Amino acid sequence: MTGVRVAGVGLTHFGSHPERTGRDLFAEASERAFADAGVDRTDVAQLNYGNFMGELSEHQGHQGPLMAEAAGLTAPATRYESACASSGVAVREAVKDVRNGEADVVLVGGAERMNNLGTTGTTEALAIAADDLYEVRAGMTFPAAYALMARAYFEQYGGSKEDLAEIAVKNHDNALENEFAQFQKSISVEQALDAPTIADPLGLYDACPITDGASAAVLVSDEYADEHDLDAPVAITGTGQGGDKMALQDRRYLARTPAAEYAAAEAYDDAGVGPQDVSVAEVHDCFTIAEVLAIEALDFYAPGEGIGAAARGETTRDGDRPVNLSGGLKAKGHPVGATGGSQIVEMTRLLRGDHPNSDAVPGDIGVTHNAGGTVASTTVHVLEVDE
Amino acid sequence: MSDQTGEDERVRDEGYDDLLDAIESGEGYYLECPEGHGSLPPRRVCPHCGATDLEEVALPETGDIETYTEVHVPAPSFADDAPYVTAVADFGGVRLTGQLRGSEAEEIEVGTAVAVGVGESATTDERVLVFRPA
Repeated sequence: MTGVRVAGVGLTHFGSHPERTGRDLFAEASERAFADAGVDRTDVAQLNYGNFMGELSEHQGHQGPLMAEAAGLTAPATRYESACASSGVAVREAVKDVRNGEADVVLVGGAERMNNLGTTGTTEALAIAADDLYEVRAGMTFPAAYALMARAYFEQYGGSKEDLAEIAVKNHDNALENEFAQFQKSISVEQALDAPTIADPLGLYDACPITDGASAAVLVSDEYADEHDLDAPVAITGTGQGGDKMALQDRRYLARTPAAEYAAAEAYDDAGVGPQDVSVAEVHDCFTIAEVLAIEALDFYAPGEGIGAAARGETTRDGDRPVNLSGGLKAKGHPVGATGGSQIVEMTRLLRGDHPNSDAVPGDIGVTHNAGGTVASTTVHVLEVDE
Repeated sequence: MSDQTGEDERVRDEGYDDLLDAIESGEGYYLECPEGHGSLPPRRVCPHCGATDLEEVALPETGDIETYTEVHVPAPSFADDAPYVTAVADFGGVRLTGQLRGSEAEEIEVGTAVAVGVGESATTDERVLVFRPA
């Protein structure tokens, strides 16, 4: 089995670009990835592409071949849809195909266009990642679903809105120097606490924004990297995926995410590392409480102990294990189908030293955690510097 | 199918609509497998163990609120309903998600006993699972 290297990565600016099509966004991200990789497009065996709401936002299904065209490829292309974990799943399948010898070079990534739908349209589109019969028809939105999890967490383990606000403040601070981030603006705990309520106990600053954007990465086998003398020091050494019941009401836990626990355990085992070896993480903080659930699922903290990590300075940029140095979904933005791929992009840059926050990375092993729905789908990847 | 006004009527969802009918007439139920796992219709196999012999079991008259939220930014189909409270309540064999009505937000606590019924969305007139303090 061959190893898998990240030869090149690319992002668009994450933000509000309502007049830009998905194909234009992905063309830009993939162009950057190829320029970074120094890989010939004709060597690409396949495109693994993540997208969630293309039918609703762009009246566009069958986006695989369309995005291959946008990237200048003639290779076969497949769209992966797993809600907000769409491109995380695309990455995982790419890793498997490179490892098993099916492909030496895979372009992987994703794109989402959301702002053209407006806030209500986006709220409605995102809701289709929940159970239509038993959740959406009871008025559940995604902020409401995470609010239900936040309340359940507070009841079971304790914690406060202030603890959540500290996470938002941290992630905004991390995004200040990230040119691709939607919000390069710091906020205070007081601002976060004074923001309008979306679904209590979550307010506006507990939620990620509505974002347009694309991500792309060129993954290659060790042999291809050697043969072509590529400068590709970062390898994806572990991959894991977990699933859970679709509806929150049908889960064993309301304040834990077993799908992510499973994905993390599988990815650690695959890479031959443990949570204690990980020095930096990019996690799926679609809402502030989601970051808490993520760092507990990754086994950095026992259940109930992750809530104060940001307030205690343990996950901040000068902490022992910084989380979301990119700004996370909260400040970097969350173009749903692009997010899992963007975490690979950001982690690669953080580990190889060309990210504005690379100086805050205390080691050479990182993990990415990408969750779909209310964590009914999750992928976790381990990335390591391997010169 | 369209009615005279040209508005689409929602197609009946067998299983789900059957359950709402039953709850409306005070005969709510859920499905139970031989291992005692509960689930909601429509269902051909137990989602927990794959057993295929599922039986209808009476839904307990009251459940306990396990978690809740007051929603201020609604989906479009509940635009005129906001703010409203969505809750998950534990009925023993199953949990249900519904809108809590007949209670002020500040009066709600985790553990509050509720009965389940069927109401309507003020926005669309569609049926909604509703909880009321028991």
